Amino acid sequence: MIEVVNISKSFSGKQVIQNISTVFEKGKTNLIIGQSGSGKTVLLKSLVGLHEIDEGEIKFDGRNYSKLKFRDKKNIRKEIGMVFQGGALFDSATILENVMYPLDMFSAMNRKEKIERARFCLNRVNLSNVEQLYPAEVSGGMQKRTAIARAIVLNPKYLFFDEPNSGLDPQTALVIDKLIKEITEEYGTTTVINTHDMNSVMEIGEKIIFIYQGEKAWEGTKHDIINNDCQELNDFIFASELFKKVKKNFSILSDDKRFMPDEKDK
Amino acid sequence: MYITNSGMNLFFEVGRYFNLLAKAFSKPEKFWIYIKLVFKEIDELGIQSLGIITVISIFMGATVVIQAALSTDSPLIPKYLIGFTARQSVVLEFASTLMCLILAGKVGSRIASEIGTMRITEQIDALEIMGVNSAAYLIMPKIIAAMFIFPFLTVLAIFIALAGGYAAGVFGNLVTSADYIYGLQIQFRTFDIIYTLIKVEFFAFTITSVSSYYGYYAYGGALEVGRASTKAVVNSSIIILVLDYLLTQLLLA
Repeated sequence: MIEVVNISKSFSGKQVIQNISTVFEKGKTNLIIGQSGSGKTVLLKSLVGLHEIDEGEIKFDGRNYSKLKFRDKKNIRKEIGMVFQGGALFDSATILENVMYPLDMFSAMNRKEKIERARFCLNRVNLSNVEQLYPAEVSGGMQKRTAIARAIVLNPKYLFFDEPNSGLDPQTALVIDKLIKEITEEYGTTTVINTHDMNSVMEIGEKIIFIYQGEKAWEGTKHDIINNDCQELNDFIFASELFKKVKKNFSILSDDKRFMPDEKDK
Repeated sequence: MYITNSGMNLFFEVGRYFNLLAKAFSKPEKFWIYIKLVFKEIDELGIQSLGIITVISIFMGATVVIQAALSTDSPLIPKYLIGFTARQSVVLEFASTLMCLILAGKVGSRIASEIGTMRITEQIDALEIMGVNSAAYLIMPKIIAAMFIFPFLTVLAIFIALAGGYAAGVFGNLVTSADYIYGLQIQFRTFDIIYTLIKVEFFAFTITSVSSYYGYYAYGGALEVGRASTKAVVNSSIIILVLDYLLTQLLLA
């Protein structure tokens, strides 16, 4: 579980996020949504410690990350897996080497064990026969899956995804969404996903926070989102004709069990 | 106002540069990985520069000999001075300073663009998230590798330049083989070699650290990486020339 208490961050005097508080729950896919420039990437990077926050607290299972010393922060970082928007794979390393990299740096495994573990993770994300290729030689979807394999190779407790579906076709995006959901449930990770893709929201959004102009404007589940009363959120969701029609015909969704609350959520 | 801002900016950049160096020279996560990286960098920064070093050295030596021969074309001046002049010019200045200026262009731009691209494609962020000290991982092996291999390149450049000078002088009938070799040997001081190697150590550190600095703090897109690369080459070259002057004052004057 990650607890965020009143965090704020500014750059050169410009406030980018302010007074955001929320809880990202373990074993669930927690989504941060918002328009481009709303501050969601800054929020995500603040959570993982790539930006030092100006105020507030970020607690990883009770450990106050924002107040820890550099060495202790490093220990928490080893429990974090992150998938960046562009994949952030190392260009000069093969797919297998990319996935093995965290093992090389932080595990005591021998080379054979590392290769086995990396192959297991590549198989887990349904990637095979690309081990010896370089990132530039595979598709965007494969790069994202490699990045996910690298993120899970050390069995992280916390998984972060920055725009996992950007640049992907809808079918591949759906595959990635499902993979994220499966991994979250399988490993019981606290997963935080930064997205503006409404398909992802409706597919995997177990908990959603909406950021508007650097502030949290709404919080809820995918079941609440269609009939929310937040004007800014509605402007964001129903910007497209498709979703306007979805809202108009909301009764159709009532028949789709994906959009109805699970028993455990009721 | 502009001068004040520029001054503040200079202080900011210098402070940030030294902070980065402190981060780069902190304890490595796994020693053997860094050793492997040092060897990789020795290959990329040093061995892969052998071609350009050879070409530059040949023509540098040849040109110095021709100029020395033309400038001393008098029956009163002994011909062996051509070899002597070539040796002094090459050993004291050209093999170290000129070679490092060329390497600032080749190696410096490569380092700045490599690290800069890693920055803008979030590869450096990925390293940090994993708990890897990205500055140490990316910068320290480059500095150590350059400081190790550049002196060898310098010694090689001296030999090649003097051989190039021999070819130009002897085959161009400007000096006899015996005079040229005698000129190379006369009044030889070992300290001149030590002086040039000391300079090269400073230059190697400057090229790699300054270029890494500009790459590490690159932001934006491809254009910014290009700018970081240009800044790395220009500022490394200026610092090399300033250091050349200071070290000459300190060690020879």
